[in-house]
Formats: sequence, structure tokens, C-alpha cells
Amino acid sequence: MNLKLLMGNEAIAYGAVEAGVQVATGYPGTPSSEVLSTLARLALEKGFYVEWSINEKAALEVAAGASYAGARAIVTMKQVGLNVAADPLMTLAYIGIKGGLVLVVADDPGPHSSQNEQDTRIFARFAGLPVLDPATPAEAREMAKYAFELSEKLSLPVILRPTTRTCHACQDIELAEVTERPRPASGFEKSPNWVILPGLALRRHAWLNQQQEVARELLEESGFNRLINLEGEHEQAEAGVIACGVSYNYVREALNLSWLKIPVLKIGTPYPLPVRPVLDFLTRVKRVLVVEEQEPAVEDQVIALAWRNKMITGISGKNDRLVPREGELDTDKVKTILGKFLETASAVPEATAGAPELPLRPPVLCAGCPHRASFYAFKEAARGTDAIFSGDIGCYTLGVMAPLNAVDTCLCMGAGISIAAGLHRAEPNRRQVAFVGDSTFFHSGITGLINAVYNRANVTLVVLDNRTTAMTGHQPHPGVGRTATGEQGIPVDIARLVEACGVEFVREVDPYDLEASINAARAAMEYPGPAVVIMKRECIALSKKQKSYLIDHQLCTECGLCLEDPGCPAIGRPEGRPEITQNCYGCGICAQICPSNAIREGAR
Amino acid sequence: MLKPLDIIIGGVGGQGTILAGRVLTRAAQEAGYDIKVSEIHGMAQRGGSVVTQVRLGEKVCAPMISEGGADFILAFEKLEGLRLLPYLKAGGAMIINDQAIPPVPVLVGAAQYPEKIIDYIRSKVPATLVLDALGIATKCGNPRAVNMVLLGALAGNLPLEREIWEKALADRVPEKFLDANRAAFAAGYGQQK
Repeated sequence: MNLKLLMGNEAIAYGAVEAGVQVATGYPGTPSSEVLSTLARLALEKGFYVEWSINEKAALEVAAGASYAGARAIVTMKQVGLNVAADPLMTLAYIGIKGGLVLVVADDPGPHSSQNEQDTRIFARFAGLPVLDPATPAEAREMAKYAFELSEKLSLPVILRPTTRTCHACQDIELAEVTERPRPASGFEKSPNWVILPGLALRRHAWLNQQQEVARELLEESGFNRLINLEGEHEQAEAGVIACGVSYNYVREALNLSWLKIPVLKIGTPYPLPVRPVLDFLTRVKRVLVVEEQEPAVEDQVIALAWRNKMITGISGKNDRLVPREGELDTDKVKTILGKFLETASAVPEATAGAPELPLRPPVLCAGCPHRASFYAFKEAARGTDAIFSGDIGCYTLGVMAPLNAVDTCLCMGAGISIAAGLHRAEPNRRQVAFVGDSTFFHSGITGLINAVYNRANVTLVVLDNRTTAMTGHQPHPGVGRTATGEQGIPVDIARLVEACGVEFVREVDPYDLEASINAARAAMEYPGPAVVIMKRECIALSKKQKSYLIDHQLCTECGLCLEDPGCPAIGRPEGRPEITQNCYGCGICAQICPSNAIREGAR
Repeated sequence: MLKPLDIIIGGVGGQGTILAGRVLTRAAQEAGYDIKVSEIHGMAQRGGSVVTQVRLGEKVCAPMISEGGADFILAFEKLEGLRLLPYLKAGGAMIINDQAIPPVPVLVGAAQYPEKIIDYIRSKVPATLVLDALGIATKCGNPRAVNMVLLGALAGNLPLEREIWEKALADRVPEKFLDANRAAFAAGYGQQK
């Protein structure tokens, strides 16, 4: 027996390997990233292909191509990544696939690490694709395997939608030994059916709609929808719960804690919702509570089903505001909801009285982070102007935090440069600076840059090139030229790329050189037309600490500039006067800021 | 029948809470527990408050611990220990590192770091074990092994055999750091209330 404690994301990867996956692609994004990084670790040994693609659209298209040739393929992304891949996805649903194609789209109710709480189950319904919603890592692995079979039976992509609490939960899982290499792909067969044109689209749309009912039937047999606490075929109950995905755990636990035994229908396949188990449940319970996170994806289908079948079962959930539509659920919340639904006097725990108000601990740029130095340089260069700093998605979004306050806008991947261009159209006399990380630049920043060049937008783009995709766990990208499986790829040089896009002002600077950085920032902001500054310095998490700095208290005037402007977490006032702590990485920015030359290299 | 154990490990992103959780779960797995763990990855890992929740028992459903539900809180930092206090069960134990890592709002003077945290926690939780984990780890030759000192202290209070922990350490800690981590763990294991 090979029992292994696996994170949900790892479990999904192992499920895909057990299904004989041949091609795996994706773009990193919390909480999905570990699916593909686990696959990358296993790829060479098991004999399949893995790539970090430049964005989700490219990832899905590569996987679709592989599937056209009969290979089993998996694509991984976070919920907002699906928006980027929406264009190929919506039509791929019409075209259909050959080799099993599974999209792992991780949702982030809360949200813990995302810019929105969109619900991929709704997206699946919009696209007409089946979606599986695992409650646990073990189920996620089973669903990953099953999804490939389902995909091939339906000739449709299938979406596996774990949420944060499944992706990053760990559980013991018994693994099967996979010794066989994946089967060879059956090969692409030429046919007009691969070429979407309006006439074909109309025919395939009808086909896609028919497939919804086929999928519904198949999902009924899947075993992922289960009934508990209702024994015997004819037993009836006053009240019951329908719970989808991870919420099922909270419902079970809340019932256990309250010593309640009421029927629960667990839904693992929220779209298309299987009819028979739900109808059966509705006939046997008088009132139903639907517990799910985010949108009423299951609830609305249950209501429609009850209406069509003229059933009078009471259906509670989000539509009568018993279950919140925002944020994530947990056992406590579900206990309270159940108390209200069952009209039992549930002891709602009072907020801890008399507890002291605690200072928050928001995430910060690390001590020594080159992004801090870059932001500081541009703030210095922009001092006295009303420049707007448009940000983007990555670690550097944290530049928004006080005292840096260096991010004025952030919308979605790659938006910064185009938002800046738009701001420029509305306020032509205001300086516009956009910041984008290296990985985000390749993902979707470059299109905005080309647009700015073509339309002569007077904006400065700062590429914060830390040679990795840091926030999501240091995945490689085209700029570093190392592939997902560690082989040498062809590094794409950002400076040359930017020049080729027609940018005439291009500078590459080391952000640890403060003077050079401020000079480059000034020159770029004064340049009439699009200008690009590449701030190039590897992420500190990837390189060893070189040295550390200390404050010479003979020279220090305690002016506080080193503290108040850059906001480095390695400098504080533990006893009133500024001190550099052992967290110092040795970037030396504070030493360059200090007007009294009181900060110098040294051992403590 | 294994008695259920709910353990919260809290600290500051970068302190090694995730690795401590991984060693703990490896040991619990060896001891035959059903396990559910919930970790926080992504943005919070950059110096924010981080929490790993470990749930052990015969059969565990949800991966998260309710308020007032934890048998143990293992706090890597004082303020984070105080923040997690509402999660501790009446009669539960707090193992806390006597180290203050001021968050940025405190560093820049926008907030005050609370005083007398340890006294306050002690007044609420009789079973409080306070450690200078950083000092102990430094003495053991690796100031970064704070996580293993604290894990060791927790281990000394759990119904798991000592040998199981050795195996878990060997399984989860990278080879080149193993000796220093073992020493730190052993030093923590010896700490008493």
C-alpha cells in the first residue's frame, strides 16, 4: 500500500497521471499552481509533456491541439485565468475534442489570493461544459481520473473546479503504481469539422445543447452524488440539506457537532445537475436547504427542477438570504445557517468580548525585495508631480501598502499599461507610469505595450524583471529560458522584444543602484512617447543573502528616512531609535537613502 | 480509538509554519490518524499572518478548525498567538514563541504593538508554555530552525512516540538541514511548562 499525504493539487496531478495524461499545460495562479508543478516533477519519469504556457489562452490552445490529435491533455489555471482562456473555450465546446481534455480551474472563495470571487460553475454552464466540484483531495483525485473518461465519452472538455480549501488541504491518499507509459496519440485526422465557420457553428451549437442531457445522464451514474442519513427507499423527512463541493464537509461536521441527523444529498457534479437523485430527494423531504459557496449554481437548478415538476418543496439557500453569496463558508457559519433553517435555538457565539484590538499584519514586500527599490526610485523621480502609478498582478501589487503607497490602480493581469494609456487620454498633461512584472509582461502586458506604441500613448512602462513568477511559487517564464521540466529553452530578451515593438526609449537598470534607477526613471518620465525601463534583479527568494547592514548610532540622527519611505520590514524602532534587524537581506537601499551615511555594511 | 486533536500553527509568512505542519502530519500519519490539513499559500506568505490547521482523529471531515475548537495553538510569534486565542478550546494549551515581529504598520508608527501579550495569554490560558525559540534555535546552530524548536515543544505534549518524530523529520526535512533541525527539535522537545 502506498499511502501518501497529498495536497489537493498534488492529488489532482496524480489522478491525471493515473489517467495517462500526455500533455499538461497551464499558467500559475493561486490556488491552482501546484497541480502543474507536481506534474512537471513527474513528467520525465512518467513520460509525458508539461509546459508553463505564457498565459491561459495559450495553455488551453496547446492542450486543445494535443487533444485534436487524440492525446489526453490537462490545462490548469485559477478562476480569473479562465477569463483569459474564454475565447478558445467557448468555441472549443462547439468543435469538441478527441483525446480527453480536462481543465482544472481553481476557485478562490474568500478570496484569499484573488481579485474576485467568480464562480467557475456558472462559467461551465455558460460554456455548456460539465463541471466537477470535489469536496476533498481524495475526491479531487478520483474526479481528475474520471474527468478524462467523461470528456472522451462526451467529446467535450470537462472542467474540474476545486476551491482553495480543497487545493490547499492535505489528506492521506492511497496511490496506484503507474508503470505504464501513456498510450501514443491516435493522430489528427483531417476533417472540415475542425474548422469553425458560421454554418458549422449553428450545427454544433445544437449538438452541444443535446450533449447537456447526455452529460446529465452520465453524471447521474458517476458516484459523486450521494445521499446520507436517509435509509430505506420510502423514508421521509421534515427537512434535508443539499450540499455542493467543499461545503459538504462543513454540513457534515455542523450536523455532528449539533447531534443532528438529517438527510444530506451531496452534489459533486453541479452542472449539469443530475435530475433523478435531486427529484427523489425533493419528494422525500418537505423543506430543503442548499448549501454551497459563491453563486446559487446548484440552488437555481434545484428551483427550476422543482418548478418544472410542480413540486411544493420549500427551497432555502441564497435566494432567501440564508446562505451568504460572498466569502467562504466554514463549519461555524454552516452551524448558524442550519440553526436558522431548522428554527432551533442555535447558540451563536458572541464576538470575543474584551479582547484587545490587534494591529493587522498585511503581507509585505520582503526585506531586500528589488520591487521596493524600484518603487522607491520612481517615487523619488516623480516627487513633486501628480504622476499616476498603475500597477498590475503579482508580488508587486503589495507596493500599494503604506508607506510605499506606490500603486494607484490594479485591475487584472496585464491591465496596468493600458489603464495608464487610458488615463493619459483623459488627462494628457499628467505623467503616467505603469508597473508590470516580467511574467505578467509576457502573459498579457506586451499587447498593451504594442497598443500604446501604435497609438503613441505617452506612458512609461516599468518592467519589474525579477527573473521568475514569484508570487505563485517561482515558476519559470519565457524570459528565463528554462522550461517547466527544467530543460533549457530559448530565453526571450525583454529589452530586445520591447525595442522590436517600436519603443525608442529602452533602459535596463539594476534596482539596487538607486542613483542609476532614479536617473533612468526621470529620463523615462520626461521622454515624450512610450518609454520602457526594465528593472532587472533576481527575486531574493532565489538567491542567497550576501551581506547585511547596520546603523552606526554615532552618525545616525534618527531622522527616520530609512524607515518611513521604503517601509522595509528589516528596519524598525524596537527601542526608539532605528535598528536593522537580522531580517536584513543586504540590498543596501537604506544605506543609499541615509543622508548621514550612518548605514554601512557589517556583521552584527 | 484515537482521540481527536485539533492543532493550529500560526505565525508570520516565512517563519516555516508550513514545514512544521508537514512534519507534524507525517508523524500523525505514522501514528494512524485520519488527517485533514488546511494551509494558506499565495499572497499571505509574503510576511503576512499565516495559519496551518491540522485536524487529527479517527475520521475527520472539514479541513478547518472552528473558534473555540483547537486543543493546541502553536504560535511562532506573540502577536499571532494572541490573534489566534479565540480558536483555543477551554482547557486547551498554548505553546508560544516569546518573539515579537512587528508588522509594517507598527514599524512605520501607524499602529502599536500590544504590550504584555504573554501575561495576557497566561491569564486566560493556564496551560501556556512560553519558549525563546529563536534563542534555542540559534544555540543549536541555525536561527532559522525556530519552527523545529516549536514543533519539538508541541511534540513533547502530544500522545505520539518519540521515534515517530525522528522518522517524520527524516522524511520531511531536506537532507542538508536535517542535523540542525533535529537538534532544534530535540531542544524544543525537552521544554516543559
